[in-house]
Amino acid sequence: MSSTQEAAGLDELVKAAEQAVEAAADLSALDELRVAYLGKKGRLTEQLKSLGRLPADERPAAGQAINRAKQQLQERLEARKEFLQSAALQQALEAERIDVTLPGRGQASGGLHPITRTLERIEALFGSIGFKVAEGPEVEDDYHNFEALNIPAHHPARAMHDTFYFDAHRLLRTHTSPVQVRVMQEEGAPVRVIAPGRVYRCDSDLTHTPMFHQVEGLLVDEGISFADLKGILNDFLSEFFERDLAVRFRPSYFPFTEPSAEADVQCVMCGGDGCRVCKGSGWLEILGCGMVHPKVFGHVGIDAERYTGYAFGMGVERLAMLRYGVNDLRLFFENDLRFLRQFR
Amino acid sequence: MRISTNWLQEWIAVEDDAQTLGDRLTMAGLEVDALEPAAPEFSGVVVAEITACERHPEADRLQLCTVNAGEETFQIVCGAPNARQGLKAPLATVGGVLPGGMKIKRAKLRGVESFGMLCSARELGLSEDAAGLMELPADAPVGQDLREYLALDDMVIEVDLTPNRSDCLGVAGVAREVSALTGKPVQAPSFSAPAPQHQDEIAIQLDAPEACPRYVGQIVRGVNPQAPTPLWMQERLRRAGVRSLGPIVDVTNYVMLELGQPMHAFDLAKIDGGIRVRMATAGEKLELLNGDTVELDNETLVIADHSRAHALAGVMGGECGSVGDATRDILLESAFFSPLAIAGRARRYGLHTDSSHRFERGVDPALQRQAIDRAAQLIVEIAGGAPGPVCEAASDAHLPKPLVVRLRRQRIGHLLGMEIPDERVEAILSALGLTVTAVEEGWDVTVPAFRFDIALEVDLIEELARVWGYDRIPVRRTATPLAIAPQPEGKVALSRLRDTLITRGYQEAITYSFVEPALQAQLDPEQEPLPLANPLSADLAVMRTSLWPGLAKALLYNQNRQHERVRLFETGLRFRGRLDGLAQERLLAGIVAGNQLPEQWAGEVRPVDFFDVKGDLEALFAASGEPESYRFEPETHPALHPGQSARIYRGEQPVGWLGAIHPEVQRELDLAGRSFVFELDLEALTRARVPQFSPLSKFPSIRRDLAVLVDEDVSAAAIEGCVRRAGGELLKDVVLFDVYRGKGVPQGQKSLAMGLILQESSRTLTDQDVDGLIQQVVSRLSLDLGAVLRE
Repeated sequence: MSSTQEAAGLDELVKAAEQAVEAAADLSALDELRVAYLGKKGRLTEQLKSLGRLPADERPAAGQAINRAKQQLQERLEARKEFLQSAALQQALEAERIDVTLPGRGQASGGLHPITRTLERIEALFGSIGFKVAEGPEVEDDYHNFEALNIPAHHPARAMHDTFYFDAHRLLRTHTSPVQVRVMQEEGAPVRVIAPGRVYRCDSDLTHTPMFHQVEGLLVDEGISFADLKGILNDFLSEFFERDLAVRFRPSYFPFTEPSAEADVQCVMCGGDGCRVCKGSGWLEILGCGMVHPKVFGHVGIDAERYTGYAFGMGVERLAMLRYGVNDLRLFFENDLRFLRQFR
Repeated sequence: MRISTNWLQEWIAVEDDAQTLGDRLTMAGLEVDALEPAAPEFSGVVVAEITACERHPEADRLQLCTVNAGEETFQIVCGAPNARQGLKAPLATVGGVLPGGMKIKRAKLRGVESFGMLCSARELGLSEDAAGLMELPADAPVGQDLREYLALDDMVIEVDLTPNRSDCLGVAGVAREVSALTGKPVQAPSFSAPAPQHQDEIAIQLDAPEACPRYVGQIVRGVNPQAPTPLWMQERLRRAGVRSLGPIVDVTNYVMLELGQPMHAFDLAKIDGGIRVRMATAGEKLELLNGDTVELDNETLVIADHSRAHALAGVMGGECGSVGDATRDILLESAFFSPLAIAGRARRYGLHTDSSHRFERGVDPALQRQAIDRAAQLIVEIAGGAPGPVCEAASDAHLPKPLVVRLRRQRIGHLLGMEIPDERVEAILSALGLTVTAVEEGWDVTVPAFRFDIALEVDLIEELARVWGYDRIPVRRTATPLAIAPQPEGKVALSRLRDTLITRGYQEAITYSFVEPALQAQLDPEQEPLPLANPLSADLAVMRTSLWPGLAKALLYNQNRQHERVRLFETGLRFRGRLDGLAQERLLAGIVAGNQLPEQWAGEVRPVDFFDVKGDLEALFAASGEPESYRFEPETHPALHPGQSARIYRGEQPVGWLGAIHPEVQRELDLAGRSFVFELDLEALTRARVPQFSPLSKFPSIRRDLAVLVDEDVSAAAIEGCVRRAGGELLKDVVLFDVYRGKGVPQGQKSLAMGLILQESSRTLTDQDVDGLIQQVVSRLSLDLGAVLRE
């Protein structure tokens, strides 16, 4: 056998092997081919072994040719292997494909009641400037709810309160203002608190529920004036609604503050142009406030010459309705899940 | 209080339009509720006179009227019963427009042409009276536009007065206020008191001078109670919202609206002897003008004669002394009653009148003579009669005195955060009717008795602020020392507990603190609830002793709206015990019904059970930093399933309940499916331990699993406790991973499988250590609980 013959045989062998590699359908078939050609007894390996039968001068060339062929086949095998591996991975990935739009499993989340949500917001805003939260009893006595707030028996302001009574002296608090009295009695001055909570009035119709929520605010210190009251309420209302809103202060009357004011905020619905919510006025009555009455200071033993202070009280339902666009007060206490779930 | 701007113009020259004036009043603390025209829009209506009337040839109830409208005479077909020759009435002429937009056209009525429409007061929007044509006085000028004639182009300002401003409950008071706001002077319309035409006096005796320190009376003889009230007065009353009821009552009302002094008129013939103003005797009866008979108590002031009571003083007159058509001689009353003597009295008898409204807030104690003069003048003018002398009884000692209040200049700036120039201070206070005397540190201000709301320096400062303008007060951010507030770490924030429940699928609810007694008795039968004395309704009659009734109601509400899966919680007070020593405790409570998980596409969906909810509570307990301080004891509660209820303890303190609602209760409440409820004492729940680090072991832990057979009545807690005690220091944790009954386990017993995690902090445990310890545990279980190791 001449080396030329050998060479021709080698080419064919490589060609056949390459064709087989290309045709190999999977990794195991490929591995079989590798063994068949390049294994210890593989056909190309056999060729190397047969070199000895060639004349010595032809051996190097023939050996090189065989090694080249081996390398060539090796590369083909690798390439095919990579291809097949990648195809197998693709297939596996395809097989594991899921519909990622299916809903997640497990517990669904609940939510806070919008009143609590609003209260937390108010507490956070005032908390950020050092107002701490104070609480008081809901079954109150006449003294804290009325007397100490300068509302003596038979005062016409009592008629406006529609009080729920238990006996002649005990009642459900009609506002959060008795907490003012309790805090000042216990802590004296200076003092800086807000008092959120439930309050009760004997009234029920489209715009009144017999129970509702208020937040009372109280700051007593030296040198506090009405200007400070305007400052804090301006800031609060703008931050609560997250809008720069005009606020106006109108003289009003509360027995426990003097001077007293009603704060109106520029209508959050129409921006002050006049709409159904603000009854065309462009203003929303939002809270009552004023400078703590010296008689209240007298009842709690704070020196009204040395200290001055302001108090304010706001209806939480009203704030929540304006903030979230709720149009019916009664929804707050029906606890309809369709309503509650809107405040997650 | 409704104020006609025309009427006000009679007292003060206002240049503002009604809207501007209303805004001024609002910004001065007299809040304007509404501004409305005195009459609705209409046009082409004139004063006309019916000069002839004849029957319509085709219709019995229609008349053909010849109507003189000044420049022209029209044929008008009219169906009004009072259409008659000589009557003056409003005529809507062709082309005119009535309220609501109806345009008047020529029309044929039963074949006869009609050139306009004669109108009733109702058709013009002037009253509800539709009985016939609006009858105009005989001297009404024919042809004059009705709007002009009745001065209908007028606005009514409705002011919602705060209870401190009784001084503005009359046109005169509002004029004084407007004067202070605008600087224009008040010009009271002048009138002269009629000269007495006889000397008949009325005897007046003040038996309760502290309640009635001044009573002024005047006899007017020979009045005509059927004289018509002049249209101008009727119109002013109408615009103030007061019905016309005859000349005498109309005049007393008019004077009240004008000056702010409530008045009364008695039929003199019914008065026996003289007037005695006294406290009622308990049980005394009085038939009131409204037809009700009230039984009086001895805190009620009455106007009586020498034999009986004739009026609830300052509230309402009695029937027997009232002025009627037959009345000839009247006694006018103009009195000052102390606010304290009237306050609350009207309400006590279920009344609220214009009179009581004013007296309980305070009427000017110096006004009585002026008011009675004004009333006598008007009565004589309208109803005729001869007035007698004005009789007065007064107790000076009991009359309110003008106060002198010191106003310090420095306090104004101190309280308001702004200065007001001295001359403005003096001008404002003077315009309000106060007398100002300068002193070194400010002013001495004499407050007239009609300002019941001014007694202190701050009251004066408020007057200054509101007239000068709240909008002039600067806006200031308070400068304050930066002091860090305490943040006790031993306290769990309520918001964290709420968030824990929310992430576990709970929705927060807020329910009323008062509940229906029957519902509460079903859910908390052992507590006697605190009843409200004046509940709004029977289903809101008692204070809740538990949060469960409100939550159960909310659950039912949602179940009735196709929500089967409901998880609600609430925080709030419950009220337990008697009124004296009432406990108002803050709780966290919840109710759970339906499936444990929301319906989903994969995985098991099963009804919620005790342990699901228990898991939720354990998540809450974790916030305490020492969940092991809590334990669940099988105890029974009348509203809970006896086999599925637990009392919860923290240490030795009972802090709440968890259980399935008793099937009987569930059925009575009409709740669908099984529901679970819990309640926890928030005070206990928010107590937390501040974490204390213990070093981590460098050595591996070992787990050994153990299964034991025990009798059914041995609780898991007992087994775990026993294992932990026997395991000692080395036992780091016990994991219960299986509870099994059935094949291979004898009847009445159960198998519990648990993993014991063991670790030593200073070395690796040997098999010997572990075997020894397990042996210890097994024998302890066997001794204490009769447990048998399951091979």
